[in-house]
Order: sequence, then C-alpha cells, then structure tokens
Amino acid sequence: MNTPVPEAPRRALPIAAIVIGLVFLSLMGLLLYGVSQSGRADRDALPSPLIGKPAPAFALPVLHEPQRTVTLEQLKGQPFLLNVWGSWCVECRVEHPVLTRFAETRRLRVVGYNWRDEPADALRWLEQFGNPYWLVLADVEGRAAIDWGIYGAPETFLVDAAGMIRWKHIGALTDAVIEGELLPALRAIEGPQ
Amino acid sequence: MAVAQLLPELAQVALLLALLVAILQGVLPLLGAHRGIAPLMAVARPASYLQLALVAIAFAILTRGFVVHDFSMRYVADNSNTLLPLAFRYMAVWGAHEGSLLLWVLMLTIWSAAVARFSRSLPMPVVARVLGVIGLVSACFLAFMIFTSNPFERLLPMPAEGRDLNPLLQDRGMMIHPPMLYVGYIGFVVPFAFAIAALLDGRLDVRWLRWTRPWTNVAWAFLTIGIMLGSWWAYYELGWGGWWFWDPVENASFMPWLAGAALIHSQAVTEKRGSFNSWTLLLAIAAFSLSLLGAFLVRSGVLTSVHSFAADPTRGLFILVFLGLVIGGSLLLYVLRAPRLEDGKPFAATSRETLLLLNNLLLATACAMVLLGTLYPLLADALGLGKVSVGPPYFGLMFLLLMAPLVALVPFGALTKWQRDTPRTPTAMLLPWAGLSLLLAVVAYFMAPQGALKTAAGVLGAGWVALGTLRFVWSRLRANGRFTPEMLGMVFAHLGLAVFVMGALLVEAQNMVREVAMKPGQVEDVGAYRFEFRGVQEAPGPNYMADRGTVQVLRNGSPLALLFPEKRTYAAGGQVMTDAGIHAGVLADVLVTIGEPLGDDAWAVRMHVKPFVRWIWAGALLMALGGFVAAGDRRFRRRPEASPA
Repeated sequence: MNTPVPEAPRRALPIAAIVIGLVFLSLMGLLLYGVSQSGRADRDALPSPLIGKPAPAFALPVLHEPQRTVTLEQLKGQPFLLNVWGSWCVECRVEHPVLTRFAETRRLRVVGYNWRDEPADALRWLEQFGNPYWLVLADVEGRAAIDWGIYGAPETFLVDAAGMIRWKHIGALTDAVIEGELLPALRAIEGPQ
Repeated sequence: MAVAQLLPELAQVALLLALLVAILQGVLPLLGAHRGIAPLMAVARPASYLQLALVAIAFAILTRGFVVHDFSMRYVADNSNTLLPLAFRYMAVWGAHEGSLLLWVLMLTIWSAAVARFSRSLPMPVVARVLGVIGLVSACFLAFMIFTSNPFERLLPMPAEGRDLNPLLQDRGMMIHPPMLYVGYIGFVVPFAFAIAALLDGRLDVRWLRWTRPWTNVAWAFLTIGIMLGSWWAYYELGWGGWWFWDPVENASFMPWLAGAALIHSQAVTEKRGSFNSWTLLLAIAAFSLSLLGAFLVRSGVLTSVHSFAADPTRGLFILVFLGLVIGGSLLLYVLRAPRLEDGKPFAATSRETLLLLNNLLLATACAMVLLGTLYPLLADALGLGKVSVGPPYFGLMFLLLMAPLVALVPFGALTKWQRDTPRTPTAMLLPWAGLSLLLAVVAYFMAPQGALKTAAGVLGAGWVALGTLRFVWSRLRANGRFTPEMLGMVFAHLGLAVFVMGALLVEAQNMVREVAMKPGQVEDVGAYRFEFRGVQEAPGPNYMADRGTVQVLRNGSPLALLFPEKRTYAAGGQVMTDAGIHAGVLADVLVTIGEPLGDDAWAVRMHVKPFVRWIWAGALLMALGGFVAAGDRRFRRRPEASPA
C-alpha cells in the first residue's frame, strides 16, 4: 500500500464487518430455509392469545352494500368462520379454491374480512375468482383489525355461537388444516350443545 | 438433413465448450494479474469473444427449434405450438425457465465481449481482473443451466403437437421486456467486476472508476426500460388497470434498480471528489448481488408470485450456493480490503456530497425496505408465524415516506456546490419555484374532481422537481450555456422523476372504475366519459377463439374512440385471457374489458378512466434516456494520461 491509512476507519471497520457478516449470514439462512421448505406443505402456526377469549366487538360496512353495517352481535347465535383476505394478497389466491370448496359444504357461515383493500379491487377479485363468502365485511382502514391482532393475510378465525374465538389459523388454509384442525375444533364446539 | 437433426446435440457441445472457456477466462487472467504474467492476462479478451460465439450458436439453435417446430426438443414442445404465430415463436425462446436462462447467459457474454472490446484505455491487469470476474460469474450460470436446466433436452417419442406458450406471454411487449430487463440485471456485472478488481488490487484508481461509470448508467437505463415495459404489459395484458403490484418478481427487479440509482450517484462523487470510495464499491457489489438474489427468488420457487417459474428445490439450492459464494466472497473481500482504500477530501454539512449521501441513504433504505417486505413472508414462515402476504398496504406507505424527502431534495443537489456551500444560495434560487409549485398544487387541489389531496401532492412533487431542475438549466444557460452530456443526462433523469411522480400520484388519486352488466345499446357514464356498449361477436384468432366486444367511447359528447375488448380462449390449453380495449391519451387512458356473459345478451363490462397513467412510463423512459445520454459523455472515454493519481 502506497497511501497512509487513516486511523478512524480502521477502528470503525470491525463493527461494520460484523454487521455485514450478520446480515449476510441471516439472509443465507433464511433463503436456505426457503429452499428446504419450497417442496413441503405448511407447518402449524403458533397458538394465539385470543383463543378462548371473546371476539373483539366491531361494526363494519358490508362490502357489497357499503351503507349497511354489521356488528359482532348480529353474527352471534351460530358459529362462523372469519377469513381475512385482500385482493393484493397472493397467498389468498392460493387459499381461495380450498376455502371455496369448504364453503360449498355449508358446514358453517364463512364471513369474509376484506382487510386494507380498495372496495373496487375487492369486488373485482371476487368477480374474477368467485365469491365463497356468506357475507364480506370491509375494513378499508384496518382499524378494527388491530383488535383482532391481524398482521397479515390470509388469517382465519373460528368464532362460536357465543362470540368466543375458538381457533385461529395464520396463513393459507389447506385441506389438511381444515380436516385436521378446523373440523375437530368445530365438533368440539358443537359436541356438548 | 442428418446434420439438422443433430443440431440440439451440437448446441449441447457448444454450451459445454462455453463452460470450459468461461472457466479459463475466470482462472487464467486472474492468476496472470496476480502474478504479473502477461500471456495469461492476454487470454481474457479472446476467451470473451469465443464464449460469446459459442453461446450465440446455442441460442441460434434453440431459436431454430422454435421456428421449425422441432417438438423433439422438450423445451420447444412445452412452450410452442404449430398454431403459434412466428413472431411469438421467436420470443418463446425466453418464455420459460431454461430458455430465459440461456438468454441471460447470452446477455452476460455480450457484456463480457463489449468490455473486452471497449477497454483499450485500461491497463492490462485491470482488464484481466474485470474479465476474469465476469468469466467466473458466467461459468456459474453456464453450469447451472447445463446441470439443472438444460434447454436442449430431448423428448422421445416426439409429440405431434406442442403445449403452446403461456397465453399471458403471447404479446409483443413481452418480446422485448425480458431482454431489456436481463441486459440491465447483467449489466451490473461490470461495476461489480470492477469493484472486485479494485479490491483485489487494493486500490481504487479514479481513472478506472471513470471508465465504469457509463457502463453502470447504461445497465441502469436498460433495467429502467425493462421494468417500465413489464409495468406497461401488466397494465394492458392483465386488464386490471393496475401498473405496479409489489409482486415478489417486480420487487426482485426493483431492488437492483434502487441500488443502481444509488450507485450512479455515489460513483459520481467518488470519481469527482474521491469521496465515498468504499461505499461505492459496496453499492456495486450490492447492485449485482441483488440482481442475483432476484434471479434466485424468481427461479427457486421460494416465494409465491403471480409469475414465478416452476418450483424446483435442486435449482433453488444450486443458485443459493452460487449466491452465497458470490455475495459472501465479495463481502469478505470487501471487509478485508476496503479499509485500506484512500479516503476522499473532507466536505462540509452543506455541500453536494452531503446531499448525495442523503440520496444514497434514502435509496438504500428504500431498497432494504423492499427486500424486507419481499422476504417477510418467508421470515414469517421460518419463525412459524404461518404463510402471509405483504402487499401494497405496507409497500405503498413505506415508499411514500421514503420518497417524499428524496423528491424534496432533488432540486438542491444540482444547485449546491461540491465540498462547501452556504445553504442560503440554493435556497434563495429555489424559493420562488417552491412557491410556484405550491401555488400549482393549491390550484390542483381545488380543480381535482376527486382525490384532491393526492392530486395536490402529485402536482407539488412533480412541479417542485421539474421547476427546480429547470432552474439549474437556467443558471447554466446564464453562466456559459454549456452542458456536458453528463449534466443533460441528469436533467433528463430528474425531469423523468417529475413526470413519473405526476403520473403515479394522479392516477392513484383520480382513477375511476365502473363495472356493470350491459346489454347492447346500453350507455354508462364515468366522469366526463360515456361508454356505449354495442354487443359482442365471435372473432377467431390464430391460436385462440375470442369474444370481441364493441364499445363506443365519447368524451363530453363527442366521439373519442371505438374499443374492442376481447376475451380469448386459447386452443391448446383452454386458458381464458382478457385483452383490454384501450384508448391511450396524454391526459387520460380509457380502458374497457369484458368479463362473463350474464345471459340475455348482457355482459359484465368494466370501464376504467386512468388519468395521467402514461406519464408513469413516459417518466421512466425519460429516466432511461438520462442514463444513456450521461453515458455518452466523452469525458468517460478519454484515454487516461499516464500521470500519477
């Protein structure tokens, strides 16, 4: 080296080097995980603190009739499934055929929760792919979603007749999840009644 | 005839030879530069040319396979069909994973040969190192293609008919979108290879850096055009009326673009002031690494996207190892060598350096933000939080927050002096123009038929950047009236940014959509536009059957356009595609698509009015033009004198 080396950068470097190294290693780790998972089916989600608690109250407009508002009280009386989606959500498109097949069994009411979406886009999405929902609530601002602890779509809640959250699934529903988790949870609700 | 039948095998041999040549190009010149052995360094240039010739032969043979319908080639049978028109058969070459990889390698060898040809002004060790690094990258891609994604695999017995090209891709815009994009992605290999060469050498010579600047500009300009074409294609082909979806694949192209934009600015500082040395090298590594990461994300099936290639864990693992070697190796080299580089001249808090530093911080943050959003679904999955999508709610907001200060700073950049300036001078120059753009914004606020706030924000941002940039032009004209191509490029690119901001925010604010069931003769009003539905007829296409609607559009009562939206059913796969009827206008686009027949002659008809949507692409084109113009500056090509640095 023919140039004098300033002192300050030399001391600063190890920190920069460690940061760069950590970012690189975590990125590689994440991508390696991604590759290892790219062939496999979904894994189970973590339990939610909301399970077994009363569902948060809400009053939201109906997507297809914005002037009509629906509250949690109105939905009580029978169990229902609340499915969070958005037209911008790629995973929701993957989930859609599974959800449609389940809705067609008419096992219980499937309520759509259209989250942070443009109503026009949401309607178009339903028109293009089909509407499996008994009713779609529109939460354009995403305010009510905070109470539900929603941070991503798709997400699905099972709410019983009394308005208690009994089961929750983060990520796309699959046939395995419906068979192995949702239906047993539903039977557990209906059993003693 | 017998020879023609063996062409795919010949292509195989050509690819294997190309791999061999690439390895030689990677190893010998680097060794030669390290040890100072001239004959080894001299291998670099001929190896580049030879590699280009070999890959071009393979590419020509694959193209021929499509042209003559050689369905004994699996890739051709999977992506073509005897009914597919000739023009689309040419582009079907890069319509799926294997062929697009071949195109990628072809672009890489073209860049490599171009570097070999246009590097006479550089000392031989630098040329040898740069071409050596490109050779190693090329060898990795060739190996990836040959071992996991061979486009010349045979399919026996030969099927009588092919499966046809994905109908979404049967479009003229798609003919040039991937090549442009790839030229851009791959183009970043030049600044990358240069950065590695500089790190290997242990010093950053400003004269060599000057030589890489046009390459960065050109690569970035091509990437801009590529992204712009993709956005335009999504707009008219998907028929949703949207122009950007924050899809992982779009993000994959956007990240290197942001890093490249930052690199262009930081290279300018390094070349002119000798500052930001190590930062420039890091950005060069980042821009190319992000290109590779993009390729990985698109081709590994790790992320769910509307237009990802087929998932295959072997391919994913291969690129991941490659990615790890390239990124890890270059970062390690950077960490070891960068601290030895010279520091530039000091600069004050109010100087052009500071502004460009802010530009770089904002662009780099935006890039990190896009990376995080793109990888978050994977992270959530890895942490057991389930599969989620991160969409416009996240990206839109974050991007607005980061781009607002960038837009606010742009006009100051050109008007502030290097090293030290009083903040008062540029502020005084710009104050009247800030006032004028604010006034325009207020007028726009009250004139907007809807979305007044976003409209005003768009006009404010666009007016401020455009007027501030023109203020710079004016002061140059008054000073001496001389513009270097570099300055002109900057002016074009910044005006492009203004035009883009205008388009993006105004279409967001004033976009109108109406979807109704219409019977022939029925009329529907959307804003100042009237749509008259004339009915639907059957119209056969070359490889599809279409229902073609006829819609008369009137603006303020006078006829504007007759549109023919189509709904096509493709013969080979039975896929249904919509083809929008579009009337393009400077101030607004009118777009009509037809959906389902609803019985009784009624059809679902969707009508969009998209004000200023063309400005988005016009802005992008202006930015690309800026990149090309700046690259044309003679200064970059002047032969450096033998004076000491």
